[in-house]
Amino acid sequence: MGGSALSNSQLTPGVVPHRLPAAAYHDNFTDVAAPLDRHEAHVAADRCYFCHDAPCITACPTSIDIPLFIRQIATGTPDAAAKTILSQNILGGMCARVCPTEQLCEEACVREAAEGKPVEIGRLQRFATDVVMAKGLHPFVRADGTGKHVAVVGAGPAGLSAAHRLAMLGHEVTIYDARPKPGGLNEFGIATYKAPDDFAQREVDWLLKIGGIAIRNGMALGRDMTLDDLRATHDAVFLAIGLAGVNALRAVGEDMGHVRDAVDFIAELRQAGDKSALPVGRDVVVIGGGMTAVDAAVQSKLLGAENVTIVYRRSQDRMSASGHEQEHATSVGVRIICHAAPLAVHGNGTVREVEFAYTEETPQGLVQTGETFRLKADQVFKAIGQTLAGAPDGLALTGGKIAVDATGRTSLPGVWAGGDCAAGGADLTVTAVAEGRDAAMDMHESLQG
Amino acid sequence: MADLTTTFIGITSPNPFWLASAPPTDKEYNVRRAFEAGWGGVVWKTLGSEGPPVVNVNGPRYGAIWGADRRLLGLNNIELITDRPLEVNLREIKAVKRDWKDRALIISLMVPCDEDSWKDILARIEDTEADGVELNFGCPHGMAERGMGSAVGQVPEYIEMVTRWVKKHSRMPCIVKLTPNISDIRKPAEAAKRGGADAVSLINTINSITSVNLDDFSPEPMIDGKGTHGGYCGPAVKPIALNMVAEIARSPETYGLPISGIGGVTTWRDAAEFMTLGAGNVQVCTAAMTYGFKIVQEMISGLSDYMDRKGMTSTVELVGRAVPNVTDWQFLNLNYVTKARIDPDACIKCGRCFAACEDTSHQAIAMKPGRVFEVMDDECVACNLCVNVCPVENCITMVELPKGAVDPRTGAKVTDYANWTQHPNNPSVAAE
Repeated sequence: MGGSALSNSQLTPGVVPHRLPAAAYHDNFTDVAAPLDRHEAHVAADRCYFCHDAPCITACPTSIDIPLFIRQIATGTPDAAAKTILSQNILGGMCARVCPTEQLCEEACVREAAEGKPVEIGRLQRFATDVVMAKGLHPFVRADGTGKHVAVVGAGPAGLSAAHRLAMLGHEVTIYDARPKPGGLNEFGIATYKAPDDFAQREVDWLLKIGGIAIRNGMALGRDMTLDDLRATHDAVFLAIGLAGVNALRAVGEDMGHVRDAVDFIAELRQAGDKSALPVGRDVVVIGGGMTAVDAAVQSKLLGAENVTIVYRRSQDRMSASGHEQEHATSVGVRIICHAAPLAVHGNGTVREVEFAYTEETPQGLVQTGETFRLKADQVFKAIGQTLAGAPDGLALTGGKIAVDATGRTSLPGVWAGGDCAAGGADLTVTAVAEGRDAAMDMHESLQG
Repeated sequence: MADLTTTFIGITSPNPFWLASAPPTDKEYNVRRAFEAGWGGVVWKTLGSEGPPVVNVNGPRYGAIWGADRRLLGLNNIELITDRPLEVNLREIKAVKRDWKDRALIISLMVPCDEDSWKDILARIEDTEADGVELNFGCPHGMAERGMGSAVGQVPEYIEMVTRWVKKHSRMPCIVKLTPNISDIRKPAEAAKRGGADAVSLINTINSITSVNLDDFSPEPMIDGKGTHGGYCGPAVKPIALNMVAEIARSPETYGLPISGIGGVTTWRDAAEFMTLGAGNVQVCTAAMTYGFKIVQEMISGLSDYMDRKGMTSTVELVGRAVPNVTDWQFLNLNYVTKARIDPDACIKCGRCFAACEDTSHQAIAMKPGRVFEVMDDECVACNLCVNVCPVENCITMVELPKGAVDPRTGAKVTDYANWTQHPNNPSVAAE
């Protein structure tokens, strides 16, 4: 029971499309943070102190020379600024949009200490990278071919980063990706308003200008090929397969209708041309405390849900979503309830309510207090973490992820891994880029030997 | 609030802030608005001889340099003296003065270097009831090539001669405006004094090319692909102007000669600094051109507050207060020993002090874990560079070592005053 497009509103019960006036969808899913124009960029760049051994560089997982690129913007050479950024982080454009800068470079900015207002590093990075991408410039040149061929599994941030670096160094690269399009989480796992206008695909197209990279979509490891196949036909393999599994709630009734994984909802939203046609509940409950939970909750609200609640089992400061993300959620009207764990999903085939137990932190760990409450819900999103799925046999794992050394070497010779599927790192786009880049450098050294 | 009423060479104005002879004072409309905004006086933009007025370029007249956030630091101009007919200017000056009797109104003059020309113009302006004249011997562009402006100001004999003519043919107080485009500012000031000038004003603008267009390979401002040097002014020239004012104020030959201070005065503080170095008042141009006439309100309130804090009731008490402390290098106390101190609580850990000291100075700052910066007293020569590059005011300060303390750098005890003229390394001392 969908209700007609014209009569639906935020108050329409059930999971229905067209809750908002048509024009609202465009506004809701456009750039969440407007880009700096040239003047704004110069004003922002003027604030950089060009620190010695700058703390922002240290705080950046890809170690971008931030003071240098900001000075290059300030002196009217954004192309040079972009090259400074991209030489360390080939996905500098996406990172400028999705990095939790307030926890990384901007937190370390001395002007954060001085005035509580850091230099706007993320927005400046976007300014510079947008300039070169708009011009279609690719500031790197591929080295002479080495005759070596590397397989990269996964066309997400880690895979793309490794592929570009390997191709630049003269190796032939084939990227195998299970999805119909490259980009990985950049394409399927990030809120629409963070990278509108098909940015992820445009960035991939731009990245491929280096040459020497072939992408084979629809190729899943374990289904369409095995790691042994790849090892046999390539000189090296880089695994960047991400985390394809999703944690279960382990609550009664979680298989009920309109209870689904947040990652699927986010991917569907990203791929949908007409957002107004996407059905969303009137009362949406999102369970989890990370970026995925926030992205699902905020976008539910932007699709027209009346009430959206994030429920997290620990205290708010333990949420892995950044403070900035949490603020964004509450600013669009999402309610955040902490210290509550799901007990059961109630309903008659489809969800009507979710029952939670209050929790408290004790020396023995998180325990339920015995007090419970129920939230009205006609749609529930599970966002309690992803897990490694489909890892090839024979690879040593640690903590549920592929074990790697500092340069991404796995337990198998000739096989490297990076990004979310590999142990360590912060499960951020920017750390995946760094891991891909560093593994590529190590693979290069090894292939040269 | 302290009373800012200032009397300069017999001309009283409600405050010491005058607008300099320049584009802002070219016509009645501007000058009336300036007086309404609170300016104490105006030096009307330079008049020339009767006859067809000068012409200006019809392309850009100004070039500029900027600091952070495009703050204008220096301006250069190639505008000439007034390009409006003499009689129009005279009529307007008279009308303004009639309505603003409490404000100073000075007329700037520049005519060819012959006695008749000066006699003639002085007769023409008598009727305006203006308070005085300022002789424009300073303009470095356009007029100088016609034997006027800085072409006169660069030859002390001409300054003396023309000043003498002016004093001979006019009862009005006479200020001689000096060009900084010379090697020793004291010489033209002495010449003006010899010629009978009541005061000097300085500095006029400095010969300059502010920038070069890197696409057209022409100086800016560019006129049809070419550029020429213009007169530089604004905050960037203030240090040069302060020194020149001080040189005249402390020279025995010109000591006591009234000075109207000009050159980059932008805030009350700049004005106060000029006055402590001997200026009886100040003239402002670039700041007004950048921000409009309203800035005088900040200058008035700021100077009043400062004088109140210092217990001064008249600007007379401020004028020249720093002159006795301007000395020659050779008389500086070589036994005054200071060390830089970094306040860890104020430090924002940018490390600029470290980079400056390590790369370009004396390797006297240690960078410790956690980005803690500490001065090493045994290396610190007290150069002050760390203070200058630190973005946080008062985070780094220079602390004086008390007498008797040992300077860890030299191992020597801090002793009484002694200067270079007494130092054993001075060859002329050793020779004795």
